[in-house]
Amino acid sequence: MTDSYLPPEHSSANLWQPNREASKRSQAIVKFIFGSFAVLSIFTTLGIVATLIVETIKFFSQVSLVQFLFDNQWTPLFSQPRYGIFVLISATLLTSLIALLVAVPLGLLAAICLSEYAPRNVRAWLKPALEILAGVPTVVFGFFALLIVTPILRTFIPGLQTFNGLSAGLILGIALLPTIASLSEDAIFAVPQDLRQGSYALGATKRETVTDVVLPAALSGIVAAIILGVARAVGETMIVTLAAGQNPTLTLDPRVPIQTMTSFIVQVAKGDVPVGTLKYDTLFAVGMTLFVITLLLNILSFWFVRKFQEKYE
Amino acid sequence: MTTTDPKAFIPDEGIALDEFEPNLVGRYKLDKVFAYASWVATITGLVVLAFLLISTFADGLPRLGSSFLTSFPSRNAERAGVASALAGTIWLLIITAAFAFPIGVGTGIYLQEFAADSWFAKILEVNISNLAAVPSIIYGLLGLMVFVRILEPITGGRSVLAGGLTLALLILPVIIVATRETLKAIPDSLRIAGMALGSTRWQVVRDHVLPLALPGILTGTILGLSRAIGETAPLIVIGAQTFVPFLPTGLQSSFSALPIQIFNWTSRPQEAFHANAAAASIVLLVVLLSMNAVAIYLRNRFQRNR
Repeated sequence: MTDSYLPPEHSSANLWQPNREASKRSQAIVKFIFGSFAVLSIFTTLGIVATLIVETIKFFSQVSLVQFLFDNQWTPLFSQPRYGIFVLISATLLTSLIALLVAVPLGLLAAICLSEYAPRNVRAWLKPALEILAGVPTVVFGFFALLIVTPILRTFIPGLQTFNGLSAGLILGIALLPTIASLSEDAIFAVPQDLRQGSYALGATKRETVTDVVLPAALSGIVAAIILGVARAVGETMIVTLAAGQNPTLTLDPRVPIQTMTSFIVQVAKGDVPVGTLKYDTLFAVGMTLFVITLLLNILSFWFVRKFQEKYE
Repeated sequence: MTTTDPKAFIPDEGIALDEFEPNLVGRYKLDKVFAYASWVATITGLVVLAFLLISTFADGLPRLGSSFLTSFPSRNAERAGVASALAGTIWLLIITAAFAFPIGVGTGIYLQEFAADSWFAKILEVNISNLAAVPSIIYGLLGLMVFVRILEPITGGRSVLAGGLTLALLILPVIIVATRETLKAIPDSLRIAGMALGSTRWQVVRDHVLPLALPGILTGTILGLSRAIGETAPLIVIGAQTFVPFLPTGLQSSFSALPIQIFNWTSRPQEAFHANAAAASIVLLVVLLSMNAVAIYLRNRFQRNR
């Protein structure tokens, strides 16, 4: 490029030194570095799976799988240890169930309100407020459940103990509410306006339109939000550790202390566990159970969205 | 809305005329009930939030003096403070940001700008959304195994570095997704114009796309970090201490953090410590709310500029 089309006084063609080699080299270097960062996320998954599997295998070399799945007692810290994981799972199920009874109806109605009933300017305030509720650390919710909600509930529920599944589940539900509300609102808001107008044209009222037309159309997103909520409830730690106690009992009574999978992990990890002991491996066996449950829920939610998603053009 | 009798529009020979009963009064009544129920549900969440904040402030404010921020934990509740916990949280924040920000943004750029629609990107996408759903306590077990045990010569065992690295892994999916979403929103014409002028992809990204995307990426990063410093469970699992009467001295120092201190004080039987827990919660909430405020401010500015 020796001939310049620029006027002579602006001709700076000899100043311009394209160094394509250097440009391409720096791009290749950046691409390699960022690519290896991306691989790190795969290594994280592999690390989690490998960590859990290695220690879980050690655990099952000493405890039989049959005892793990079918024993009805969980006493790994006693001198005569028993390892019935179902005791912990039942506690996790109980607190999650109470939480969902709170979070699903309230969250879904709040999502409908935000998307269908609230004026735009009110919605612009309500959504961030719910997001702040989602940002409150769970340890603060745990404090709230143990020291404020339980004393209030005890005034009118006879036999409610200091640590109980009920107040842990209720506050867990409040903690899940913003997640379920926000995700379902996204799904409901995305339903095209034509469907609503078609429904009105057929003479349906607003509620009929919402419950019979809009909700079925948004169903895949709503169910995915609820399943994600279940996974959160199962994996949530601090609320149940603080408010539900550390007492592994096989019960469905929400008034007595119970121990979930997550609060067992906290209880053991809080003390200094010597590496290589069975107690240490128990941590990972419980962690593995928790991981498998949440992974299955996550896959279920993916599958549901893919299978039942309505596509509108 | 005037309600005309719908039967008036149906010709006489219409089929099943008698079976059609619009019952508009009943249906509108049900509509009203439903609308009220949806408002009540929304407001319930906010009322509980307000009640939570007010009762925490009522319990904690009397304890919240300047000495509370500068004192170390003590067996005497009145003399105990959050100095070491607050310092630990700030250390964790810096370490987590130092690792999670470059790695998360780099991964996001790689996926969106260099490898979009490749099979590798698809696998990573599934992998990242799976990671986002893994309970935080599982990350604690990963940190315990990898950072506390295998990398002990580097991290010094149950140290603030191991804690920060664990939290960085925990919030990586948040930052990656935020980066990708922001990059997706930048119009393609900008990239095409840059490449038409002879820039490489990286030059376009560095000089034109990233400056535009930065506020969005920062918003996502701050939200991720505010999640990280509220986390308790993974730190307990990797072995954060509840009684640390000194400030962290280096990366390999043992540490405490605000959520750990709140957990410890809440689970003590003595009432006096519960007030401390409330006061420490206020400190944590103030830190979190100011971080969220910065994030929301950045997001609003970003949205206005475009």
